[in-house]
Amino acid sequence: MEFELGEDQKLMQEAAREFAEKKLMPIAEKMDEDEAVPAEIYKELGELGYFGMLLAEKYGGLDLDTLSYVCAMEELARGSAGVMIGLSVHNSLCCNAVYDWGSDYLKDKYLPGMASGELFGSYCLSEPGSGTDAGSLSCAADEKGNKFVLNGTKSWITSAGVAKVFIVFALTDKAAGSKGISCFIVDRNTPGLNLGAKERKMGIKPSDTREVSFVDCEVPKENLIGEKNHGFKVALSLLDGGRIGVAAQGVGIAQASFEEAYKYAHEREQFNQPIANFQTIQFMLADMAMKIEAARLLTYSAAWKKDRLGREAARYISMAKLFASETANWVANQAVQIHGGYGYVKEYAVERYFRDARVTEIYEGTSEAQRMVIFRSLGKK
Amino acid sequence: MWTNEEHVKYRARVREFAEGEIGPITRKIDRDQIFPEELVKNLCDFGLLGMVVDKKYGGTEIDMMTYIIAVEEVSRVCGSTGITLAAHNSLGCWPIYAFGTEQQKQKYLPEITTGEKLAAFGLTEPEAGSDAGGTKTFAEKIDGGFMVNGTKCWITNAGVASTFVFTAKTSHDPGVRSISSFTIKAGAKGFSSGKKENKMGLRGSDTRFLHFDDCFVPDDALLGQQGEGFKQFMKTLDGGRISIGAMALGLAQGAYDVAVRYAKKRQQFGKPISDFQAIGFKLADMATQIQAARHLVYHSAYLKDEGKGRFTKEAAMAKLYASEVGNWVTYAAIQILGAEGFGDRYPVERMYRDVKLCEIGEGTSEIQRIVISRQLLKEIE
Repeated sequence: MEFELGEDQKLMQEAAREFAEKKLMPIAEKMDEDEAVPAEIYKELGELGYFGMLLAEKYGGLDLDTLSYVCAMEELARGSAGVMIGLSVHNSLCCNAVYDWGSDYLKDKYLPGMASGELFGSYCLSEPGSGTDAGSLSCAADEKGNKFVLNGTKSWITSAGVAKVFIVFALTDKAAGSKGISCFIVDRNTPGLNLGAKERKMGIKPSDTREVSFVDCEVPKENLIGEKNHGFKVALSLLDGGRIGVAAQGVGIAQASFEEAYKYAHEREQFNQPIANFQTIQFMLADMAMKIEAARLLTYSAAWKKDRLGREAARYISMAKLFASETANWVANQAVQIHGGYGYVKEYAVERYFRDARVTEIYEGTSEAQRMVIFRSLGKK
Repeated sequence: MWTNEEHVKYRARVREFAEGEIGPITRKIDRDQIFPEELVKNLCDFGLLGMVVDKKYGGTEIDMMTYIIAVEEVSRVCGSTGITLAAHNSLGCWPIYAFGTEQQKQKYLPEITTGEKLAAFGLTEPEAGSDAGGTKTFAEKIDGGFMVNGTKCWITNAGVASTFVFTAKTSHDPGVRSISSFTIKAGAKGFSSGKKENKMGLRGSDTRFLHFDDCFVPDDALLGQQGEGFKQFMKTLDGGRISIGAMALGLAQGAYDVAVRYAKKRQQFGKPISDFQAIGFKLADMATQIQAARHLVYHSAYLKDEGKGRFTKEAAMAKLYASEVGNWVTYAAIQILGAEGFGDRYPVERMYRDVKLCEIGEGTSEIQRIVISRQLLKEIE
């Protein structure tokens, strides 16, 4: 057993760290305030390959293994969780939906643009009435000639306001429940695809989250991803990719929080000494470092297993996502506490980390959903 | 147990006031970072601005328990209004009432109890947070008064108050007997406030730095005796901490109320999510912790009303426990609401941001633990 990242992984980690420190961190506060990401950031990320991390080189992708991908995502989240989550959804859910399940026609048509970042992807699964119970959709796709007609509403759609392509799940057989779901790719400019107002969120504010509704939205039949009525299978196969990304995001937010707190504890003097001299602060920092280490190891080993065990790795990926997201919240909370009043204002990054961390326990399956997955897997070998 | 029939009736009245007058504008208060003048008038008309003061000076002359119920109920609806009230009454009005001469009480109190004006308390400084004895602001004795120079930070109501109590050193001795407290009115020459702090939560509450630049205060601005400032603010904080405990309690109760209703209404997997043990048990823990916090807060209010001596340890315990409960309960409420908990259609994300301050302001949790441990080490030989 080796506990060293390989050369490829280290390269990705270093490249992403450099980008995060040079390009994201300096504007992270502004992006939070503006609730938007400057277009040139996405453009640069596209040029550097971050929109096609998991795709084959023939489509313009970097063809990364999951561990390398996770190393990069962790570093990007350390710079800006709000920028990183758009990439996570795009790479693991949108690109992989087409790459793993799409026809050659769809792959050739969409993947090069998706890999370059030109076609930013958004993933439309959740609905107002269907969150954790993801199989109970009501969005419908009725067949009409050589088209499917979409009607329904999707909620909490990451990157909806900036996306050019939408991966959409809808019922093609209403009576069949989760076995009547199909998956489609829909272009932004398709008539009948409407965007709601930008959601006002507690954190990851740069990420443009909206409701997406479909009103008699006609989609060509060839835009079906995978077989008809096999959409839920597609969705389930993609879950792990999304979750390992959020696990990495949790580690990145926690790491950033820890670094700020460690630095502040050594700079801040009270009672004529740095507060890092006090045992209560030292022990907080020790616990923060310990939990981050555990979360990172869980995440890295889950990523490693994903490439070797496939869906059998689901348990470990859920464990990583659950633990890393809870760690991010706990660590960010401690980081604010160490900062005292300064942690409560926006001039200090920990205020943002605290708000950004909260959603990691909610999206890509709530902590409760992860526990369901873990429990169900325990009976299997 | 702690409350009588009058308290119960008062709670119903103040809840109706909070829900009716403040409820509809809480989101705007948070989003726009404003504390409407109209609201100050309404608070004054309802009798919420002179809560710890005798009728003789325009106060309501009610007991601590009634005041605590008011802060709790107002905070249940709006944390920003809760902290504004708590800082005004406990920190602004009370020291003048407790330590002022008859002349000072007549001069300052009526305006801030019945005159629709707010009061504030300037204790914390950039370099004197937890180490509140490390005050640098200096009041140099000159003919007829003092010349004050220094800076205060994180001052609640700083930009909206008409009357301030502040601490400053009046001698160069290193000990805490070198600290005195003074009153000053807004607009005094050499006295100014900084820009409004952009905070994580309690965004309606007006928090700023205060600056004293060769600011003259007359001899009769001194509260009590020279050198008593430290002793005075320790007593002031005893009462203030109960009100912060009440504020955390109210925010926890508010988030819990929303979470229970949501859990009963929200259907997933064909039933209300409250039917799932993960949710039901979480609600049970929330309710249990709120109840425990309530007992601690009410007990310390009861001790203050009883007037048999200091209640330093009990107030610190109430503040420490209630604020940590507030943090956890609002955090759990977000989890129960899922994505809706992270957005702003429900108030729980605001409450989570708001309540974090309760673990920081009026003595961090770390300071409460110092206070408690020092007291209990004295108790047992």
